[in-house]
Amino acid sequence: MDKYNVENAGEDRENIIEVKNLVKKFGRFAAVDDITFNVKKGEIFGFLGPNGAGKSTTIRILTTLSLPTAGDAKVAGYDVVREQDQVRRHLGLVAEKVILYNHLTADENLDFFGSLYHLPRKLIRQRAEKWLPRLHMMEWRDHQVGTFSTGMKQRINIIRALLTEPDVLFLDEPTLGLDPQTTNVIQSFLRELNDQGVTIVLSTHDMGEAEALSDRVAIIDHGKIAALDTVVELKKLVPGVENPTMQDIFLKITGEKIRDAVTGKVGSGARRHF
Amino acid sequence: MFSLIFDGLAIAKKDLLEFSRDRLRLITFVIMPIFMMSLTGFIFPSQNSLKNINIGVANEDGGETSTKLVQVIEGLSTNNNGTNVFNVKDYPNIDAVKTGIQEQKINGGFVIPANFSAEIAANKQAEVTIVEDQSNPQISALTNQILAQVIGGYGKQIGISKIQAILVKTRDIGVDNLATASAKSATSTAVKAATPSAAATLPNLPSPLAFLEPIKTTIVGIVGGQSNYFEFVAPGIMAMVVMTAVLTGLAGSVSRESEQGTLDGILVAPVRRLSIIIGKAVAQSVRGLIQGFIVLMLAVFLFGVTVHGSLLLVALLLGLGIFSFVGLGILVSAAASEQETATQLLFMFQFPMLFLSGAFFPLQQMPRIMQQIAYLLPLTYAIQALRKVIILGGGIADVRSELIVLFIFGFVTLLIALPLFNRLVKR
Repeated sequence: MDKYNVENAGEDRENIIEVKNLVKKFGRFAAVDDITFNVKKGEIFGFLGPNGAGKSTTIRILTTLSLPTAGDAKVAGYDVVREQDQVRRHLGLVAEKVILYNHLTADENLDFFGSLYHLPRKLIRQRAEKWLPRLHMMEWRDHQVGTFSTGMKQRINIIRALLTEPDVLFLDEPTLGLDPQTTNVIQSFLRELNDQGVTIVLSTHDMGEAEALSDRVAIIDHGKIAALDTVVELKKLVPGVENPTMQDIFLKITGEKIRDAVTGKVGSGARRHF
Repeated sequence: MFSLIFDGLAIAKKDLLEFSRDRLRLITFVIMPIFMMSLTGFIFPSQNSLKNINIGVANEDGGETSTKLVQVIEGLSTNNNGTNVFNVKDYPNIDAVKTGIQEQKINGGFVIPANFSAEIAANKQAEVTIVEDQSNPQISALTNQILAQVIGGYGKQIGISKIQAILVKTRDIGVDNLATASAKSATSTAVKAATPSAAATLPNLPSPLAFLEPIKTTIVGIVGGQSNYFEFVAPGIMAMVVMTAVLTGLAGSVSRESEQGTLDGILVAPVRRLSIIIGKAVAQSVRGLIQGFIVLMLAVFLFGVTVHGSLLLVALLLGLGIFSFVGLGILVSAAASEQETATQLLFMFQFPMLFLSGAFFPLQQMPRIMQQIAYLLPLTYAIQALRKVIILGGGIADVRSELIVLFIFGFVTLLIALPLFNRLVKR
C-alpha cells in the first residue's frame, strides 16, 4: 500500500469483493501492479484513476473477462479464475461500451441476454417491467436499439445488467457523454439499487459523481492503489484547502501531469482491455 | 451438454435475427451469389450458349456446292431454342475477312476459293481456309471447332455420295470397267447427293462409311446430356461462395462483436466458449446453405445446369464444407480484434484458395507442386465431391473419401481453434 492508503471504513461489514496482490501484465507492462483491496457488501465503491491507470483492467479481471497474471480475487465468495461461472451469476456489468445489439429491439436484447442465464422469458419480462418504467423506457421497449439516443441505450444497458438481480453491479463510466437529465436519473437509480442491497463498483472520471455516490473511493494510479477511504477521510489528505473537492483530492494524489502511458503493442490483446 | 447446445442456439438465433434486420447486409447476402454466378455464367461460354457469333465468309467460288456449304453454316442453330450459332456476313476475299477481324466486326471467318466446286466435281480435294481471331482464343477455339466439324461433316457427305456412285457402278459393270465408268458417274451424282439422306446404305452394297470412317468413335458419358464449362465451374463457385461467406461471416461476426463490446456481454454470462462457437457457426452455416442454394438455383434455372445427384447429398457436402472452415474462421476471429484485420487475414487464405482449389481450372492442368498444395485445401475436396454429385450423379459412396477429409480437417482445426479462442479472448 502507498502512503495515502488509509483504508479503515466499513470493516464491520462482510466483504463481497476481495482482491489480494492482484497483478496483470501485458508483456512487461504492468497494468495492474500488486493491488489489494476489499469491497464491503452493500456499499458503493468508487474507483478513480487517470487514463491507463488500471481501473478497467481490474474490473475486467473481477468480471472474469480477463485473467490475472498473479494474485487472487474473489467476488461474492467465488474465485474469479477457478469459479468463473459462479462469479458470473452474481455480477452485472455495465461496461464502457454499451452491450446491446442495435438491430434488435430493447425487449429482444433483454430476452437474449436473459436467456444466456437460462432465465425463463416470463421472468425476464417481469424483471424488465420492474425497471423499464423507472428508467422511462417502457414505451420504447419494442423499438430497435439502433434508433435510441445514447442516454436511452445506456438505460436499457443498465436494465440488461440487472436482469439476473446481481449482488454486485460493476459500472464503467455509466454516465459518460450523457445529458444532465439522464445522468441525474441514472445516479438516483443507482442509489435506489444500493438501498435495496446491491453492491456497486463505480469506475468514473466524473469526480462529482464519485463524491456524490460513493461510500468509499479507491484511487488507482500506475496500476497501484494510491488511496482508499471514505470521501470525508480522503479530504483530510488535502490540508490547507478549505472544503476540498474530489478533484482536489484526485490531483493531490495522482499529480497534475498528463498521462500518456501506452498499454501494449497495437494489435495485441492489451488494447482491448483499456 | 443441454446448456451447451441451448446457449449456442440462443446465440445463433440472435445472430440470424440481427442479420435479418440489417438491410444492407441482407442485400449483399443475396446479390453476391447472383453476381458471382451471373458473371461466371456469362464470362465462360458453353457450346450451347454460343449464338449469333459474327463470322465472315468470302465465297470466291459461287458454285452450287460452295453455296450449299454456306447455307449449312448459316442455318446452324443452337440446341436450346433454335437461335443461329453464326451471323454470317459476306466478304469479297480473304484480305477483307482479315480486315473485318482486325476491326472486330467479326470473330472469325472462312474462305472458299474460286475453284472449290469445280475441284470437287473433278474428284479432287478442295480446300476451305478458316481465318481465326487470335485476340480471342476462347471464342476462336470454339468457332474453329464448330466450323471444322460442319465443313468436315459436309465434306463427308460428298465423299459418301462419291463412294456410293463408285460402288453402284462396280456392281453394275464389274470391276474391270470401273476405272472409266466411275469418274463420270461420281461427278454427276455427288453434289445432288450431298445431303444427310445420301448416307443411307444401298441394298447389297457395303456402307461408304466403311471406307471413309472405318472406325467410328462413340463418346458415352456417365449421365445424359452434354458437358460444358459452366457445369464444371458451377459446383466450384457454389462451394467457394459458401465457404467464403462462412469464413468471412464467422470471423467478421466475432471481431465485430469484440469491437462493439457486445462480446463482453456474452463472455460475462455463464456461457461456455464452445457455445459461442457453436452459435456463431450455426448462424453462419444457415446463411451459407441459403447462399449455396441460391447459387444452385441460378445454375439450374438460369444456366441450364442439371443436378444428376441427390440434393440432400449436395446439402450434406456443403454443410461439411462449412464445418471444415469453422475452425479456421474461429482462429482468425480470435486473432484479429478488429474487423478490418480479420478481413485482411482472411484474404490471405481466400485468394490462393480461389485459384488453387480447382474452382475455375482443372487441377490436372496445374504443375505438380501446385496440385500437392491444392490437396491441402478443404475447398479442393468440397469442389471435387460436389462435381461428382452434381455433374456425374455420384452417390454417398463415391464421395466417401472427400467427406472423411472434410470432417477431419474441420475437426482438427476446431481442436486447435478452441483453446486458442479461449486464450485469445481472455488476454
